[in-house]
Amino acid sequence: MTAGTAREEILRRIRAAAVPPAPEPPRHYLRHAPGLDPHDREAGLALFAERLEEYGARVLRADAPGPAVARVLDDEGARSLVVPDGLPADWTAGWTGRVRVDRPPLGKAELDATDAVLTGCAAAVADSGTLVLDGGAAQGRRAATLLPDLHVCVVRAAQVHSALPGALARLDPARPLTFVSGPSATADIEMIRVKGVHGPRRLAVVLLE
Amino acid sequence: MPPNAPRSRTALFVTCLNDTLFPGTGRAAVTLLRRLGVEVDFPAAQSCCGQMHFNTGYRRETARLARHFVDTFADYEEIVVPSASCAGMPAESYPLAAEAAGDPGLAREVAELAPRVVELTEYLTDRLGVEQVGAYFPHRVTYHPTCHSLRATGLGERPHRLLRAVAGIDYVELPAQEECCGFGGTFSVKNPAVSGAMNGDKARHVLETGASVLAAVDNSCLMNIGGRLTRDGHPVRTLHLVEILARTERDGPLPGLPVVEAVR
Amino acid sequence: MSRSFLGWPAFPQASEREVGNRQLRENVRRATHTIRGKRAVLAAERPDWEQLRDSAAAIKDQVLAGLEEHLLRVEEKVTAAGGTVHWARDAAEANRIVTDLVRATGEREIVKVKSMLTEEIGLDAALEAAGINARETDLAATIVQLGDDLPSHVVVPALHRNRTEIREIFAREMGRHGRPAPEGLTDDPAELAEAARLHLREKFLGAKVAVSGANFVVAETGTLVVVESEGNGRMCLTLADTLISVVGIEKTVPTWQDLEVFLQLLARNATGERMAPYTSTWTGTVDGDGPRDFHLVLVDNGRTRALADPVGRQALRCIRCGACMNTCPVYERTGGHAYGSVYPGPIGAILNPLLKGVDDSQTASLPYASTLCGACNEVCPVRIRFTDVLLDLRAQVADGGQHPVERAALGAVGAVMERPAAWKAAVKGAGLVGPLLPGRTRLPGPLGGWTENRALPDVPRESFRSWWKRNEGERA
Repeated sequence: MTAGTAREEILRRIRAAAVPPAPEPPRHYLRHAPGLDPHDREAGLALFAERLEEYGARVLRADAPGPAVARVLDDEGARSLVVPDGLPADWTAGWTGRVRVDRPPLGKAELDATDAVLTGCAAAVADSGTLVLDGGAAQGRRAATLLPDLHVCVVRAAQVHSALPGALARLDPARPLTFVSGPSATADIEMIRVKGVHGPRRLAVVLLE
Repeated sequence: MPPNAPRSRTALFVTCLNDTLFPGTGRAAVTLLRRLGVEVDFPAAQSCCGQMHFNTGYRRETARLARHFVDTFADYEEIVVPSASCAGMPAESYPLAAEAAGDPGLAREVAELAPRVVELTEYLTDRLGVEQVGAYFPHRVTYHPTCHSLRATGLGERPHRLLRAVAGIDYVELPAQEECCGFGGTFSVKNPAVSGAMNGDKARHVLETGASVLAAVDNSCLMNIGGRLTRDGHPVRTLHLVEILARTERDGPLPGLPVVEAVR
Repeated sequence: MSRSFLGWPAFPQASEREVGNRQLRENVRRATHTIRGKRAVLAAERPDWEQLRDSAAAIKDQVLAGLEEHLLRVEEKVTAAGGTVHWARDAAEANRIVTDLVRATGEREIVKVKSMLTEEIGLDAALEAAGINARETDLAATIVQLGDDLPSHVVVPALHRNRTEIREIFAREMGRHGRPAPEGLTDDPAELAEAARLHLREKFLGAKVAVSGANFVVAETGTLVVVESEGNGRMCLTLADTLISVVGIEKTVPTWQDLEVFLQLLARNATGERMAPYTSTWTGTVDGDGPRDFHLVLVDNGRTRALADPVGRQALRCIRCGACMNTCPVYERTGGHAYGSVYPGPIGAILNPLLKGVDDSQTASLPYASTLCGACNEVCPVRIRFTDVLLDLRAQVADGGQHPVERAALGAVGAVMERPAAWKAAVKGAGLVGPLLPGRTRLPGPLGGWTENRALPDVPRESFRSWWKRNEGERA
């Protein structure tokens, strides 16, 4: 079989290249955000919010999800919302628009025609203003967080890591992960950043204390 | 005294380009070093470091010139070079040339000699420990850090500091100074169109400073930029840094250049 | 019909053409200066930037030292997670594998995430020949595809185009390939991005098969990683039923933890962002989320050739951030097409000869497409010593007998230079011809280009060594 031949041939060429052993890599870089005291929780949350706002994302700090979520959806003019199966009911309790649960899974066209999606997240990173979705509790499948034009994400303060190394160590690579750092963007035209191409063009984060 | 024994512990490797086309640089180096109490010798057997050969890919030919260089300078304790790119050859390129030529003996001699080869600016600031060299130059000067001096030799701010310490000088920073002038040795011959475009931008930046003198620590790059300025009819002079540092109040202003009012 | 770099002229000829294009030069200058500034700010923000680079270079060296082991682990982990792994020795084999996989689905139109490897192997043209229409979805790749153009940059393939040109391409071409550009489209970048969104949305929603590359493949877990900005990557990776990822064998990293190094370096160095807007990772297939079929095609296509080069193999550390070309003064004047490859700039000047050898005049010209200024060395996140590799490749070209006249000439000059008596005579001779030269302003033969836009220096009447002899004679 030719596939087997190609595999053996490539591996043989690699052995023939006789690359000498390499030393163990040094890891002397920071494991927390530069200039941030890793134990100062409030400073971490403030940095997280600041980074998101730099990206043009909206950030609401709140004690409870319901009113903040309703406010964002209303402010953004959303009339329909898709939520993953199992999302806590109180997250949408204060909102009067149309809420659809992604069970059974909605078709691509239905998702595309929905104004907004509301999810939680698996982890977040202050240093880069990043949300990580892993398809777990309150997050749902990837298509649902992609097609609606507004993504509202509820982040608990305890989920916010100072920098990427802390978050990566807590994530499960076997799950499909999406790291979101601000809304969809491009710099493909003259290297000038333009917000919003194919992914959700608007991103809002409700940061729960 | 045997004919080959050095009269001084310090040798000047003037470089083939300076020997033939820019002898004023060599003369200025001798003048300045003597003023600072360094008696330099000029071993007459010296010729070329082989940079052009090496950078074009001819490593075995370079090894022959490396052998000649080692033989010429082996007895000196320090070899001062008024060119950053040539000064870097023994440490950076001779080991590879020796390897290509299959000459481990040469490699050993190069390893022993290379640490004693030093670029002139670095020699002044790091070995002699001077920045104020008693120079006087009442003209507007800008400075182009050549790529080798900036990135390979790592001269950093040393030349700028030497220039700022010159009495009477009106020193102006060159915009986009860290950008290559487009010379690149054989690059300028093999890719004249691109080289010319880079050089045109460099010349434009020089003109933006209004300087009457452009200084650098490599005459090869100055020949490139100066050639463009001359061709375009601009009266900017190009001078190796040492030719500025060598001049004193007794020499007065450099004839033919506009004199600036005392800055301090 | 897709254009390709096949039969492209050598760098001096190709670059001369590009340098003469003022519009192109202005576009490339503006774009590279913009990104240079952003990158510098974001790199300076990290006090541990050099430590990150140290780690990245060392991890990649570990990958190359244990490549067989890492690839076998990738195969094992991807297979265990429900994926299928294919191996391709060269471009033709990779294209055949992908074409057969698409054919098996019965689909005639597929969507693609930007991938330099699929550009390298000419996948779009191979699929086209098999009656399959592969639509690019990255904005820049879309501009290149709609304009029947060639990529000129590894991160922003349409970097050589300005907004006005892009508007014209969109207005003219979109309708021929699907939803037309909106009426009255202007050259505002936001409007152009919106036009791409509308044009491509129907393709995403309808696509059954997607083709991607990958920025990294984690050997430890069998996880693929795609870093992107627009969301077109997420669309392709998520909405298709079948996903085919075509990846170079050097893209592996040993462990999941290693991503903490590369993901913190890549976007900062590539686009001047702390993280790119979207990073997607996946391991095989997942029930109820994303593609049901996943194929990984591991491609050699010259990489093992580069691996066998002791100096050149460091080029395989490359993570395609594009910083070397953004900072390169040569690239700034020529743009990417002059390099005759999808890999332009400093990385192209070393990677193409390493992948293909230096036996033809085009690849043999690339190691000379540099002034050796070393700006690329300073920005490379994996510490590739471009100048070392360029010099080593030049020695390979010279040893390959490509330039017999040049070798003879430099050999003759060297023979004079190493003999003191001959050299003294030569220098003296130069001093004598000095007074004759000023009237002569153009050099003959191959040196003619040099004097095209430069005056020659005046040759002095007296060499340094003559002065020294006179001067020392007086002192003694």
